[in-house]
Amino acid sequence: MSRLLSVRGLTVGFGRGDTAKTVVHGIDFDLSPGETLAIVGESGSGKSVTALSINRLIDDGGGRILGGRMEFTTARGEVVDLVSATDRRMEKIRGSEIGMIFQEPMTSLNPVMTIGRQIEETFRLQQGLGHAAARLEALNALERVRIADAERRLGYYPHQLSGGMLQRVMIAMALAANPRLLIADEPTTALDVSVQAQIMALLAELRRETGTGMIFITHDMGLVAGIADRVMVMNGGRVVEQGTLDDIFDRPQHPYTRHLLQAVPHFSHGRHVRRDVSPGGRALVRPALKVEGLTVRFPATTGLLRRPAGAIHAVEGVGFELMPGETLAIVGESGSGKSTTARALLGLVKASRGSFSLHAGDEIPRRKPIQMVFQNPYASLNPRLDVESLLAEPVLAGGVRPDGDTRKRMMSLLERVGLPSDSLRRYPHEFSGGQRQRLCIARALMVDPSVLVLDEAVSALDVSVQARVLDLLIDLQNDLKLAYLFVSHDMAVVERIAHRIAVLYAGQIVEIGRADAVLSNPRHDYTRRLIAAVPTTDRRRDVFRLQTEAVPSLLRPRGYEPPEAVWAVCGEDHQVLVEQRAMMGEAR
Amino acid sequence: MTYLLRRLITFPLVMLGVSVLVFVAIRLVPGDSITAMLGTEAGLLTPQQKQALAAYFGLDQSWLVQYGRWLLGVLSADLGLSVTYGKPVLDVILQRFPLTLELACLSMVVAIGIGLPLGVFAATRRERGSDLAVRIFAMIGQSTPSFVIGLMIIYVLSAGFGILPAMGQFIPFSEDPLGNIGQLILPALTLGLSFTASVTRISRSAMLDVLSDDYVRTARSKGATRRRVIWRHALPNALIPVVTLSGVEFGYLLGGAVLVEQIFALPGLGRMVLDAILQRDYALVQGSVLFVALNFMIVNLLVDLAYVMLDPRIRLGGRS
Repeated sequence: MSRLLSVRGLTVGFGRGDTAKTVVHGIDFDLSPGETLAIVGESGSGKSVTALSINRLIDDGGGRILGGRMEFTTARGEVVDLVSATDRRMEKIRGSEIGMIFQEPMTSLNPVMTIGRQIEETFRLQQGLGHAAARLEALNALERVRIADAERRLGYYPHQLSGGMLQRVMIAMALAANPRLLIADEPTTALDVSVQAQIMALLAELRRETGTGMIFITHDMGLVAGIADRVMVMNGGRVVEQGTLDDIFDRPQHPYTRHLLQAVPHFSHGRHVRRDVSPGGRALVRPALKVEGLTVRFPATTGLLRRPAGAIHAVEGVGFELMPGETLAIVGESGSGKSTTARALLGLVKASRGSFSLHAGDEIPRRKPIQMVFQNPYASLNPRLDVESLLAEPVLAGGVRPDGDTRKRMMSLLERVGLPSDSLRRYPHEFSGGQRQRLCIARALMVDPSVLVLDEAVSALDVSVQARVLDLLIDLQNDLKLAYLFVSHDMAVVERIAHRIAVLYAGQIVEIGRADAVLSNPRHDYTRRLIAAVPTTDRRRDVFRLQTEAVPSLLRPRGYEPPEAVWAVCGEDHQVLVEQRAMMGEAR
Repeated sequence: MTYLLRRLITFPLVMLGVSVLVFVAIRLVPGDSITAMLGTEAGLLTPQQKQALAAYFGLDQSWLVQYGRWLLGVLSADLGLSVTYGKPVLDVILQRFPLTLELACLSMVVAIGIGLPLGVFAATRRERGSDLAVRIFAMIGQSTPSFVIGLMIIYVLSAGFGILPAMGQFIPFSEDPLGNIGQLILPALTLGLSFTASVTRISRSAMLDVLSDDYVRTARSKGATRRRVIWRHALPNALIPVVTLSGVEFGYLLGGAVLVEQIFALPGLGRMVLDAILQRDYALVQGSVLFVALNFMIVNLLVDLAYVMLDPRIRLGGRS
């Protein structure tokens, strides 16, 4: 069988002159028609640079192909070297022969053009169709990616669609001209897990239908297992190993591949939960945080006089207890209210109703009972403050003048979170993402909180850094008897750190209980769906089911009160919300 | 629609504030309009004659009464009587305004017509020689005072090419459109040049921002040509700051351009206001400032409406 793409000695660099830096060092790989190759690696491994080099879009970010050959066989059977092809030739090849999907569907579509016009454009450019014909093709393309009500959606602007929808539009666009090669650069990283499952299902189905060859870039080994025929592992701009899916997964040769497969959290249905806190002792201790009926509603208004039109019920009657030394994970998808819950507990948004009480504990003196660590360590540290000022900030906010003791505490905390002792005089930009998140943790610990709210605290980090930060968090928890409220959408991470799990859906807790019970024996429909959507290394070539169920709107009419929650107990410390279908039926 | 209504409600409030400010400000300047009007001859008037004149123009009342009367007049579109021209203020303004409006429009055509393509061109040639040339041009254009540019243009044309700009009696557009435009080209270029420079700079930086956006890469991945990517995908996204800047500059130009009107001997709003201030022509100053403020507000409203047309994400009056 002839090859679709044959890459030899591809070398890519950024910058010119003195600042020039090579980021991909002469890599080789081949792709047969209809085959899927997964390129796996962490940030800085050169995987995205490789992807962008194939259709020569790398110059957009200031990169240059420094050497090598990329022989691509077109639909007509010609062999073109993509490295030396003219710009005009590349414009013809892009779109018609090579389609591409990007990581951020929210920013990858032109915000001032309707999606209809953007899909049409591909047909007009590649097949020279007129307006009406292109519109018809665009409609077909949307239907092909299973977008319901496609006719109307053509007139929508990108901001009117969800991330999952937009990614489908991207796929429709990339596949519009039936390209022989589809490059997907982390196409699901920015999406929720169940949306991710749908996109993966769609890609698998389309691949079967069209026989398109695919290069799939990801950092997630679980996704690789689901879709790839062959795997190429990259690290530091070099290929460390490549082979068939089974070879790489069952017989990894290179230590880095083994590291990726082992050190990184993989979801295993509750088999690897923490067992360091005895669940029996719960009744005897006073909870560090007790939340009852927490409700957050945002008013929605309408008309000239801004009359209230109802309210967005972002969080509705959430209640739980959090013991010292325990982690409660709050899981759910975007819009489920998990971050709003966390923010309400810190007073960053105002709770409309409900109460929570904090108990500082008796053994260790606590100055501030609750602190928070945010998702993005790049954005949550003031770039103009050095580390000493950053760490002094919460102390100052508490009305205390930093003194010698504060400095001593800074030094010991920096050492404790694994940062060099000369860090105090340095600025945030001098640290890596993982180190910055350690800084954020140290900052939160400056005032001895009893509860730490971690809002997606490891989600922005590379997978192996993620593992190390999680280990640090577990150590700190055990030493300091900290209670963690761990907000996350990542089931694999949750499995590693949580003792208990609360599943949030449409602002309500639908299931809560011991981590192993919830993960191994989910009782609520939504929890089951969530867990079924998690990719794991065990589910090889497993096809995810495609479903197009919409998340319910949280906008309720004025004066609406949800029905009283009814809980069913389904095991020791495991409760599930009973669906009140009867009542909902009446309401309709 | 509701947004438009809400905005229109604020118009009278702002106007009221402006009227109070200008009313008080002009009266804080020493001197009075009778003396200014008659010059040295004022000394020849008997106190009774002065009194009579002041009473005729309503200047003998207290400020509060004067303001109240004037405001009542304004409500019925009567801006009062100009002391210098001896005509209703509104007539004087409306006589001068067409020229100013025309000049502002022509300058804007020059600025957008030259500045926008130049800025886009510079952005696509980032850090190359041509980009540098455009940036130097923009810097010079922005930092040179308009009267210097105006005088230089006149000098170069008359001394270098022997062409004298059509000065002298102003030709209204309605009488001789070609003659009128011919007369206004040089002033419009003079005014437009610094305007061009700022449009160039802002469109260059807006384009630079937009060109590194993800959707530009997407457009290229679809096989769009470089030209198409720049003009069809990137430019519409870069227009908002350009529109903002143009709106503000246009609003200023509608208030008249004193220096350029002076150099080219044009009877525009700017010179009229300057004369009115020097003559302590209270009614004319008040009326024209109010008029200019109203224009400014209308232009700003139009700019806001333009945002909505340019970017479907912008919903006016929305809170998020």
